[in-house]
Amino acid sequence: MSDQLQELYQEVILDHNRRPRNFRLIAGGVTQEGYNPLCGDRVLVSMNIEDGIVRDVAFEGQGCAIAKASASLMTEALKGLTVAEAQERFAQFQSMVTSAHDEPPADLGKLSVLAGVREFPTRVKCASLAWHAAKAVLDGAPAAPVSTE
Amino acid sequence: MAAETVSAVETAARAASVREEFPILAIEAHGRRLAYLDNAATTQKPREVIDAIAGYYTTSNANVHRGVHLLSERATAAFEGARDDVAAYFGAAHRHEIIFTRNATEGINLVAQSWGGRHLTAGDEVLISAMEHHSNIVPWQLACERTGAVLKVVPIDDRGALDMEAFGRLLSPRTKIVAMTQLSNALGTVTPMAEIIRAAHAAGAVVLVDGAQAAYHLPVNMQALGADFYVATGHKLYGPTGIGVLYGREALLDAMPPYQGGGDMIASVTFEKSTWNTLPYKFEAGTPHIEGAVGLGAATRFIRRVGFDWIAAHEADLLAYATAAIAAVPDVRLVGTAPVKASIVSFVMEGVHPHDIGTVVDRMGVAIRTGHHCAQPVMARFGVPATARASLAMYNTRDDIDQLVDALHEVRRVFA
Repeated sequence: MSDQLQELYQEVILDHNRRPRNFRLIAGGVTQEGYNPLCGDRVLVSMNIEDGIVRDVAFEGQGCAIAKASASLMTEALKGLTVAEAQERFAQFQSMVTSAHDEPPADLGKLSVLAGVREFPTRVKCASLAWHAAKAVLDGAPAAPVSTE
Repeated sequence: MAAETVSAVETAARAASVREEFPILAIEAHGRRLAYLDNAATTQKPREVIDAIAGYYTTSNANVHRGVHLLSERATAAFEGARDDVAAYFGAAHRHEIIFTRNATEGINLVAQSWGGRHLTAGDEVLISAMEHHSNIVPWQLACERTGAVLKVVPIDDRGALDMEAFGRLLSPRTKIVAMTQLSNALGTVTPMAEIIRAAHAAGAVVLVDGAQAAYHLPVNMQALGADFYVATGHKLYGPTGIGVLYGREALLDAMPPYQGGGDMIASVTFEKSTWNTLPYKFEAGTPHIEGAVGLGAATRFIRRVGFDWIAAHEADLLAYATAAIAAVPDVRLVGTAPVKASIVSFVMEGVHPHDIGTVVDRMGVAIRTGHHCAQPVMARFGVPATARASLAMYNTRDDIDQLVDALHEVRRVFA
């Protein structure tokens, strides 16, 4: 396997693909659909926000390994953050997966395993799918499915 | 046995020499030999098509049908010469039955709007199949919305074959047009088009054939087929993008109103009333895609030179080889196993999303398509969100298939 492939499909990603965390919907939570028209993948992100704090995040849906692992890692990363912190994390994540090849990606802890996506332009949308859905909930504007286009 | 072996060797040698006529196939992909198996999306271009386009710009470029100068005469001759080539390729009775469009999609939209607008009324039925590309679904939905006609869909069976019994039941005096693919882009199914056309004509319906996929794999002759309308696209015919073909029977085209207004499509214009030019120009408003037509004309000559006798035999042999080899990869399931197929192997791998398959094989030099193939109803019918699709063209060889199969084993290792 090439180095870039190995970087993309790290063990952590393969693990979250096989055993996605928080793979469920939250009863009474706000649920937002994310849709990638390129591949037809759909993800539902479900969130419970109380007193400006993300108490619980979960997701369901079908997607590639990158989309599933990114959603799974996102649920772990956002839980317990304030809405403002979660929005900031979204911006940092977007910046990491779209940053130029020669820039060192921002260190986002466990989320850094997804930095390899930037070598695969067509897969950036896969990694971003659940994040865009989460962002719509954090911004208080969930409605029609958010699209990666 | 000896004869068979000789013929197989000859076929392989011929394929290797055909491959050399396509300059892009010599490049490397991620440091590997390029195995281009995404032909149903677009085919690569032979040197003579590339040269024809460059030659047009270096010796003949001008606008067509209007200048009195040398270059305009050359450009017009090149453009209209391409129409003759395309008419010969499709076996049209008249050269003016060939309308140049942007692509197959525009051809279908032209018929749905122009013919549909004139002939469809409330309660009429438009019959399509469950394996159509979005471009042979949505234009008819729009036409039905405007006219009150009803869209009916002929189902397919679990192999992806058209349910001909259901087709017979759905065909009725209310059916005004049957619009169907000759070769499914998502499944590889070849539909029994001559039989469909005979039955539709007996019921009083006209037939539009979506030949976007079929036109470069099967010999298509309008007289033998009996189609009323046939659409194809240049870039799958080893020609350029942005140029397509609508064939229509003269009597039908003559009775249809223009699709778009503009220059070239008029006979006379006053502010009170304009009159339309004759066929084919009535349907070709504005400056056309001249170099596209020139490239497409060259592409049809190229295909005829290689010959469908060889192309069909070679691709059938390769499809059988690819089908067996891909199906033999553990955890792989084929989607689309109709008894009559051409050029396309769609598949899924247990536990691995098609996009991940696509990314891994790409890094091993193999180009395939992954996704819903603009045929979401087909994906829904087979209960999958997407498939991986290997699709063949005349220049593919067993080496390409072997490279794909090796890459699929690598996919399994990564996701084991």
